[in-house]
Amino acid sequence: MRSLADMAFILVVVLDLFVLASSRLGAAIRAVALQGALLSLLALLLASSGHNMGHVLIVAGGAFAIKAVLIPWLMFRAIREMAIRREMEPLVGYVPSMILGGVGVVLAFAFSRGLPLPMPEMHTFLVPTALATVWTGLLLVVSRRKAVTQVLGFLVLENGVFVFGLLLTDFMPVMVEAGVLLDLLAAVFVMGIVMFQINREFSSLDTDAMSSLKD
Amino acid sequence: MILRALFQIGILLLLPPLLLGVVNRVKAIVAGRRGPPLLQGYYDLAKLLRKGSVYSRTTTWVFRAGPVVGLAAVATAGTMLPVAGQPAIFSFSGDFVLFAYLLALARFATALAALDTGSSFEGMGAAREVSFASMAEPALFLCLVVLARATGSLSLSGMLGPGLAPAWSGAAPALLLSAIALFVVALAENSRIPVDDPSTHLELTMIHEVMVLDHSGPDLAFILYGASIKFFLFGALFVRLVLDLRVQGIWGAEAAFVAGLVGFAVLVGLVESFMARLRLNRVPQMLVGASVLSVFALVLLLR
Repeated sequence: MRSLADMAFILVVVLDLFVLASSRLGAAIRAVALQGALLSLLALLLASSGHNMGHVLIVAGGAFAIKAVLIPWLMFRAIREMAIRREMEPLVGYVPSMILGGVGVVLAFAFSRGLPLPMPEMHTFLVPTALATVWTGLLLVVSRRKAVTQVLGFLVLENGVFVFGLLLTDFMPVMVEAGVLLDLLAAVFVMGIVMFQINREFSSLDTDAMSSLKD
Repeated sequence: MILRALFQIGILLLLPPLLLGVVNRVKAIVAGRRGPPLLQGYYDLAKLLRKGSVYSRTTTWVFRAGPVVGLAAVATAGTMLPVAGQPAIFSFSGDFVLFAYLLALARFATALAALDTGSSFEGMGAAREVSFASMAEPALFLCLVVLARATGSLSLSGMLGPGLAPAWSGAAPALLLSAIALFVVALAENSRIPVDDPSTHLELTMIHEVMVLDHSGPDLAFILYGASIKFFLFGALFVRLVLDLRVQGIWGAEAAFVAGLVGFAVLVGLVESFMARLRLNRVPQMLVGASVLSVFALVLLLR
């Protein structure tokens, strides 16, 4: 059980690095979906006997349905409708962004011990994985140019927040959890509509086009 | 004891061409062909050794020394690698640095020989080979450092010796990550498919093959033989890292080791069959990815 959770955390971090490195949108979306599935698995693995099992099941099931199935399906639909396959060369190149991601992972794992936490950690990898995933999401949102990848970055960032939330599963009411997941879904919907508009206006998804002024 | 040493030298010198034969056979089967015989590597070497060499008048002694130095360096590196879990023939603290740099010396000699021909085409190949190698080297070193940290030993015999099994039970995630990184490095160092296509002679895509175009006869045989020994060395490292060799029986570990090597060759053949060659500018990305993975493994061990 313990080593399985170890592996799942490490796979989450490796998927972070993979999303940073991949230029194919389909592969990146699949990686984010797999990450979502791993998160719901982690929620089950980390539940001890002291937890309310029904609560844990609802959190894990909701996360799986929304993060691993529904949102990836929407994203695939979006890239099919707009006929895009690849990210263009990002503002920060693939190799530098992978190195930055690696630096973030190292810092997260090196310094998370020193953080004052309100409650004892359930697993030694939990906090560093959360920090590394949030950092990856932030990098993706800031450095990529296509709107689709920016949405993916937002999803990765939210995955990091979810990992951190696992620390608090006992204290977070189900309604708050459900609200966060619904927010995420609504946000992806809104972003999908915005992407569609950008695509119609500029006939590409390059968000740089939005920063140049026109009369 | 002497029997073991003879076995180690024998397997180091005799097995490598067979492994490349296995890779080619796997590729042929996946592609639906019959493929060359498994022993084709030995036939090629025997044929080349019987021929004479042709030297261009512009080349100097550097060109003639290249294949000899390359083969000698790779074979010497092989004597430091423990085979089948037994201690290596030579072993001292810190020998993994010498191991890595003997491989680098072999590459240096080949690249110099390529530059010595004065052909701009071969110079291009040497530039590519060296620049990719400079990115594969950090990944290789980080993998070896992870192993040294996990087993608490600074020699290859200790890293890949009896200390490996307890390390797997204590730090399995880190060792798994470094095994993946090591496989990527093995593909790059041996110029296998995601990095370079060993079977093509299409000018603009070659990396390693282009450097040896001017060699002929016994020189070419030395180069092919050295390349196969290098493949064996990386295979042996990878197999020992992922395979638990505590098998019962007198020659059980050795048999498991040889079977593991054949499995490694099959794995490489499958990768070559199912993957396309990467664009040249994507190769550094893959190698940096391998380095980042092994840095991550090191961080997991250090915390």
